[in-house]
Amino acid sequence: MLSLNNLEIEAIELSIKVALNSVLFTLPLGLIAAWILARKRFYGYALFNGIVHLPLVLPPVVVGFFLLTLLGRNGPIGNILKNVFDITLVFSWQGAAIASAVMSFPLMVRAIKISIESIDLKLEDAARTLGASPIKIFYSISLPLIFPGIISGVLLSFARSLGEFGATITFVSNIPGETNTLPLSIYSFIQTPGGEADALRLVTFSIIIAMIALVSSEYLTSKAKKNFEG
Amino acid sequence: MLKVSIKHEFASLSIDIQFEAEQNCITALFGKSGSGKTSILNMISGLVKPDYGYIEINNTIILDTNNNIFTSPQKRNIGYIFQDSRLFPHLNVLSNLKYGMSAVNLNHPIIQIDKVINTLELENLLNRKPSNLSGGEKQRVAIGRALLTCPRILLMDEPLASIDAQMRAEIFPFIEGLQNEFKITILYVSHSIEEVIRLADKMLLISGGQKQAEGRVEDIMSRTDLYPFTGRFDAGSVISATVTGFDKHFELLSLSFEGGVLLVNGPKLDDGRKVRTHIRARDVSLSLNMPPKNSILNIFKGKIIEINSNSTPQVDIKIDIGIPLIARITRKSCDDMNLKIGTRVFTMVKAVAINRRNIGA
Repeated sequence: MLSLNNLEIEAIELSIKVALNSVLFTLPLGLIAAWILARKRFYGYALFNGIVHLPLVLPPVVVGFFLLTLLGRNGPIGNILKNVFDITLVFSWQGAAIASAVMSFPLMVRAIKISIESIDLKLEDAARTLGASPIKIFYSISLPLIFPGIISGVLLSFARSLGEFGATITFVSNIPGETNTLPLSIYSFIQTPGGEADALRLVTFSIIIAMIALVSSEYLTSKAKKNFEG
Repeated sequence: MLKVSIKHEFASLSIDIQFEAEQNCITALFGKSGSGKTSILNMISGLVKPDYGYIEINNTIILDTNNNIFTSPQKRNIGYIFQDSRLFPHLNVLSNLKYGMSAVNLNHPIIQIDKVINTLELENLLNRKPSNLSGGEKQRVAIGRALLTCPRILLMDEPLASIDAQMRAEIFPFIEGLQNEFKITILYVSHSIEEVIRLADKMLLISGGQKQAEGRVEDIMSRTDLYPFTGRFDAGSVISATVTGFDKHFELLSLSFEGGVLLVNGPKLDDGRKVRTHIRARDVSLSLNMPPKNSILNIFKGKIIEINSNSTPQVDIKIDIGIPLIARITRKSCDDMNLKIGTRVFTMVKAVAINRRNIGA
């Protein structure tokens, strides 16, 4: 049962690669967006907030369609990427990572935004009177205090990426070895007569990976919390 | 020397105040909650920018709205002790203490970390996290953290307000000691007159965002017209005295002051030590004749110099016994005794609340 065949290894590796890259992409951008949403008030705030949260409420297929329109070979951005940088996102695992990143972005932003909002601003004031520059305050006070929020954002985003289906299949299709992540492979097996047993094996692996991610994030969060009590 | 002149409109309060605080001196800002004391500290520290203002510390201008000068808080080198201590929860005590040290300007006399740890007795706390400290311990760490930035002035915003009475008694000596140990200028905000009497050299009365009076604590406290601000219940004169003896048998301290010698129960203090006592008006009574033998130890001859009756059933009477002393008696007694300005009376001090304060002893 647990000896993996090449196809399965490929799907698992691909899924993890796509999810990790998606998190790498959403983490810095999500931190910036969360900071802006938590701390700044400006003209167009509601619009910005809406755009950030859109992937959460739109059907994934619609997001995939938008990505295809924008980033496809003939799309306005895809065209530039292809002609200037020679990068093609459609039908590639990078495209799958982009689709996952867009879909999981709001989850990352929400988790971090809540933790930024819970920082006591008085602590930052105290740091200012102690001579700390805004940059020092960010890395020495704010960042450590929102660390639990960042962990849960990473977990949510990673889990969402592992499970991404609709936007991925719409944007980058289901190419063996390139874009057939776990959910897409499971879908293929189910569509194939007699593929249920194979599908079940992949489902098991999905559960194992998800559990590992969940447990390690719980561990990191409790460790971070201990840091405040120690 | 700190010079402050600020104007600012808050939704519920407008602040308009000018004052100066002398070098190496504790100046208290005293007033009720909501009188604007904390806002004034926030503007001095730079956390709040006033609508109009001019602030100067030791001849350096840190705020001048007319000339568009605003030094940001992190460049002001002002220590700020908050009511709620505001220690960084993820750092241990030692890291909290060291947080502001990197920004220290070497032009100022350096305050050594070892000395701070010793003076504030922090040795055993260094590895602890703030969540494991008591309120008093937190404030000691906060004081140490601010001191280690070698501030040009230390702002203290009701540092004892959120601490229970027993802890407060423990932390008092540390604050009293700051002045002697570190020779630092302190601006101390409080709504407790006892704290002000015990700690401050000078005081400013603040009400409704404005200065009502300023001067030596002794002078302000002996002004009956300021009782609406200093608080009627605890009103009374504050006397500076020197310890001149101790009777072991009765545990009585002799305190010499300009009006004579005051005997009070208390622990032994060294002769020559400067102390300050607060004699509440309600603990002082008057007699027209030398009273026959009675239980009261402290009787001073004096002359009435002020009668402040308002329209209350009680009358505050100021008697000159070498220094002004205030007695609160009923209006009936005042009429029965036919007390007038110039009347010679015997002033009896029943109980004395003694506030020890070490003035460079």
